[in-house]
Amino acid sequence: MPENVLEVKHLSVSFDTYAGRVQAVRDISFDLRKGETLALVGESGCGKSVTCRSVMGLLAKNAKVDGGEILFENKDLLRQSNRVLRSIRGGKIAMIFQDPMTSLDPTMKIGKQIAETVRLHKPVTRAAAKQRALELLALVGIEEPEKRYHQYPHEFSGGQRQRIVIAIALAADPQILIADEPTTALDVTMQAQILDLIKDIQKKTGASVIFITHDLGVVANVADRVAVMYAGRIIEIGLADEVFYDPRHPYTWGLLASMPTLATDSETLYAIPGTPPTLINPAPGDAFAPRNPWALEADRLVEPPLFPVTETHFAATWLLDERAPKIEPPENIALRARAFREKQSERSAAL
Amino acid sequence: MRLFYMALTLFIIASVTFFLMNALPGTPYNNQDRLTAAQLEMLNKKYGFDQPLFQRYINYLKNLLHGDFGISLQFSDQPVATLLAQRMGPSIQLGLQAVLFGTLVGVFLGVIAAMHQNRFLDVFCSLFAITGRSVPNFVVAVLLQYIFAVTLNWLPIGLWNDGFRSTILPTLALSISPMAESCRFIRTEMVEVLSSDYIELARAKGMGEIRIAFSHGLRNALIPLITVLGPMTVSLMTGSLVVENIFAVPGIGEQFTKSILSNDYYTIMAVTILFSALLVTVIFLTDILYQIIDPRVRVEGAK
Repeated sequence: MPENVLEVKHLSVSFDTYAGRVQAVRDISFDLRKGETLALVGESGCGKSVTCRSVMGLLAKNAKVDGGEILFENKDLLRQSNRVLRSIRGGKIAMIFQDPMTSLDPTMKIGKQIAETVRLHKPVTRAAAKQRALELLALVGIEEPEKRYHQYPHEFSGGQRQRIVIAIALAADPQILIADEPTTALDVTMQAQILDLIKDIQKKTGASVIFITHDLGVVANVADRVAVMYAGRIIEIGLADEVFYDPRHPYTWGLLASMPTLATDSETLYAIPGTPPTLINPAPGDAFAPRNPWALEADRLVEPPLFPVTETHFAATWLLDERAPKIEPPENIALRARAFREKQSERSAAL
Repeated sequence: MRLFYMALTLFIIASVTFFLMNALPGTPYNNQDRLTAAQLEMLNKKYGFDQPLFQRYINYLKNLLHGDFGISLQFSDQPVATLLAQRMGPSIQLGLQAVLFGTLVGVFLGVIAAMHQNRFLDVFCSLFAITGRSVPNFVVAVLLQYIFAVTLNWLPIGLWNDGFRSTILPTLALSISPMAESCRFIRTEMVEVLSSDYIELARAKGMGEIRIAFSHGLRNALIPLITVLGPMTVSLMTGSLVVENIFAVPGIGEQFTKSILSNDYYTIMAVTILFSALLVTVIFLTDILYQIIDPRVRVEGAK
């Protein structure tokens, strides 16, 4: 197994708001391995962005880290000085933002915005930084970089701007790339191109990617591993195949069932009933229990730990406890699982 | 095209002023009661007031096209142009200095305030801005005189005979209002800019807060300030009656007021045209400045 480049351990983050203290991230742990793409999946407000902002050290002013550690190069990022964090931010860990229309400075030439990042992290001359910026523009697929270098953001389309944002992220050869819903603001054809670009870059640079999204279609396309988040917790984590074809947590079932496929008839698209809980004084037990038709009594009372399903696959539901009654997952999920097992046995037979 | 509109604007202003001014009660003669009918007629003839208003208007415009502003009725028949040339210099110099100094300091304070939003420095800067806006500049002027000229004896208390040194106190007094104004503007704008996505991206690049504020924030925050800056510059350049009086500066502000009181037609006209020309030019420059600062305007303009 490749080494871990990032380890998040028992991270908890809360926000002070007028309504009270919102526990946005509650005791999250995960590892990021060298060269892999880990997808953080979940609906809005489940804590996926907050998790990544903690890694970047870019939490809002009213946020407070209540505990845990984020290990990177044997350093706990939560306990570093601003100076150290600044050298890591954009240098070793870079971020791609959601909305390319607003994430570039409208009054600065895009070439300068890239070159500036190069110079922040590498002791190079102005000319060398420009050279590097031109290379990056070419790398992310901007044509005629020499000419485009001197243009302003408003002279580019949304997709091109996102390429430029990616070029900025790559400026200092980061080891970790955090992509916070990088395709949400783009139209579908552009999404595919940007996803391909990110995959391509990952192959070329060997960087690890944390991919935040609420779009399972995107996840299937890019992720090696998937962590499903709900109400500030990781409720299921595993290899992409395992989570997609053999999900164990009822919330993941719901998510997959609510994903339109070619077979679904558009009028009957499934939606998980209810709404996510508020995270001010969350109730004990599994936060998903009130919306979960398969919830056990235990799920309502005690927070379920992450039960191992395989060596790489874990899910936080009491359904996986040996004392739990046997429950059949919904039909479509069972179908997926069966198809998956067949595929796997074929594969192992072939080996 | 642009120049044509500017000229048209000036022409309209000149025409309107001419007729409005002639509608004012009174005549340029301050001892009219004691003049005989014959004397009056003679004087009227001399200055051309015996002709019908419209004819005078045409004549005036004709002269204007030849660069002749007429002669002052108030100051012993001096040509208005010479008079203005003497008086304009100090006013323009003071105005420009005040705007430059005021805006620079104001912008700096505004940025500091925005960076420390709702903390001590912000409150301090905002308090300063409010005070600056509410205290009239003649109060500031007198205070400055008392502190720097009377008590400390560092700078001349007034007059226009000590080169740059005599401009310092009036400049300071005049700069309070642009300072307060730009501080307030920049703070509001900067607070918004600093919470925008591209600033977040700059943070994610690993850039320090101060550098972010000045290299990415300020330029974006400056755009709305430019709009108010133009007219402010003109109003300061065209002289402040009170401040010029307090410091005994031979500026244009005082002259203008006097010329209105004494129905000094040609001086009124000349000063009005001059002010308008300045305003039109400054607005033109403002638009150019816009284009320099905001590249998006450049493209729209080119289309």
